[in-house]
Amino acid sequence: METVLSSASRQVRIGGENPFCIIGERINPTGRKIFQEQLRRGDLARIEIDVAEQLAGGAMVLDVNMGAPLCDEAELMTRAIRLIQSRCDLPLCLDSSIVEVLEAGLAAYQGKALVNSVTAEDDRLDAILPLVKRHGAAVIGLPNDEEEIPEEPTRRLELARKIVDVATGTYGIAIEDIVIDPLAMPVGADTSLVLRTLETIELLRDELGVNMALGASNVSFGMPDRGAIGAAFLPMAIASGLTSAIMDARSQQLVQAVKAADLLTNRDPWGAAWIAAHRARQAGPGPAAR
Amino acid sequence: MTTDEMLRQLYGFTLTGNGPEVLSLTRQGLELGLGPETLLYEALIPALEEVGARFERGDFFVPEMLIAGKAMAGALEILRPLLAETGAQTIGKIVMGTVKGDVHDIGKNLVNIMFEGAGFEVIDLGVQVAPEKFLDAIREHQPDIVGFSAFLTTTMPMFKANINALQKAGMRDQVIVMVGGAPVTQEYADVVGADGYAADASAAVVRAKELLRARRAVAPA
Repeated sequence: METVLSSASRQVRIGGENPFCIIGERINPTGRKIFQEQLRRGDLARIEIDVAEQLAGGAMVLDVNMGAPLCDEAELMTRAIRLIQSRCDLPLCLDSSIVEVLEAGLAAYQGKALVNSVTAEDDRLDAILPLVKRHGAAVIGLPNDEEEIPEEPTRRLELARKIVDVATGTYGIAIEDIVIDPLAMPVGADTSLVLRTLETIELLRDELGVNMALGASNVSFGMPDRGAIGAAFLPMAIASGLTSAIMDARSQQLVQAVKAADLLTNRDPWGAAWIAAHRARQAGPGPAAR
Repeated sequence: MTTDEMLRQLYGFTLTGNGPEVLSLTRQGLELGLGPETLLYEALIPALEEVGARFERGDFFVPEMLIAGKAMAGALEILRPLLAETGAQTIGKIVMGTVKGDVHDIGKNLVNIMFEGAGFEVIDLGVQVAPEKFLDAIREHQPDIVGFSAFLTTTMPMFKANINALQKAGMRDQVIVMVGGAPVTQEYADVVGADGYAADASAAVVRAKELLRARRAVAPA
């Protein structure tokens, strides 16, 4: 199953035989004090740096979150999308929990965006899925409902199935355009949580066959040497069936782990991409190792 | 073992989160005639304060904070009934919950552990807590502090809704309101009229103690 995203001039395919899709997480003010203040002043200059760094690092899609407190998030989203689309041709993932912000983002966006996200709550499904359909976008579905973020993989599967059923049945969205988030949890909070995520990924692959995206940085929250944890987690998740992740695309440790996993899971025929990346690094100063 | 050695060991094993040792030393300490308050205030709480300080410096990590909190909680189960008998005051009481519309609880649970570790009584209302439910719990438990947690920019406005509900019920001055969660900032906390904000679990405890001291200085209980 392939999920196709696009900008005005470029297509990116998630899943199937394609390489793992790296969605850059950086354009997000959460936990970034200076960036928050800049956004509050309406200053978007930092975004250009974030775009350039993630492009250089190997991002294939860029997540855009303008959720800074006390800002007009819808207006910031509109301006950010116009700015980013004028600077690069990567498809974008519009990230907000506010329906009006998603609506404003979709209206400004050129191409087929990925909407991040809808949950399995009835009112969220009914508010967001019509937007997704109207704009011909794809959408990330989070398997949580009004009660809980379930830990049990089978419960997550049930809620994912509900999202798929409502999106395809009620709103006529193609199943290819639904990307399920198997929910990455911090291993530091409970060392059994990541195994549950991996089980969920396998269940979703086997039972629904859908594409998946998760927030990879969650996994190493609260732990030292986060890069090494991410670089171990991503290949495990890829082997279980994960097809994309919202992650730190500036980290060569993570990006290389993903590219190696592509090679090892037969998504890089003849190792051509792996070898080409090696030559490119040898040829010139790439992004600094992080 | 002298009582000093005993307290030093209890401190050390709490710091490193060795639950079984903490339990057995707590029992031994009581047998030796140490008061529950001595064990609490001269070993357990200082240990958790050190855990918090190390966490803030980046020397301790989340699992270490959790396991120390768990070790402490085991000792508290033994000490709590004894402390109640002696009529000892807890440092303070806090009602905690993730606001309505929000089901995220990992951060809130971390904060709870650090509060318990610091000697607070924590009443956790769970996730999706509606304003009326907070009001009911405040009426029932008469806490010093109420803590609102939110993980989403869409649910953060519930801070304001909760504070409005407190005001409407004439209860705003009864409790210290603290807010927190990944997207929350000090500025946002100020705008909604919260009394306190902290960026992480250990800073939340430090801030809570400051707020309590300030309040008690003004109006001694």
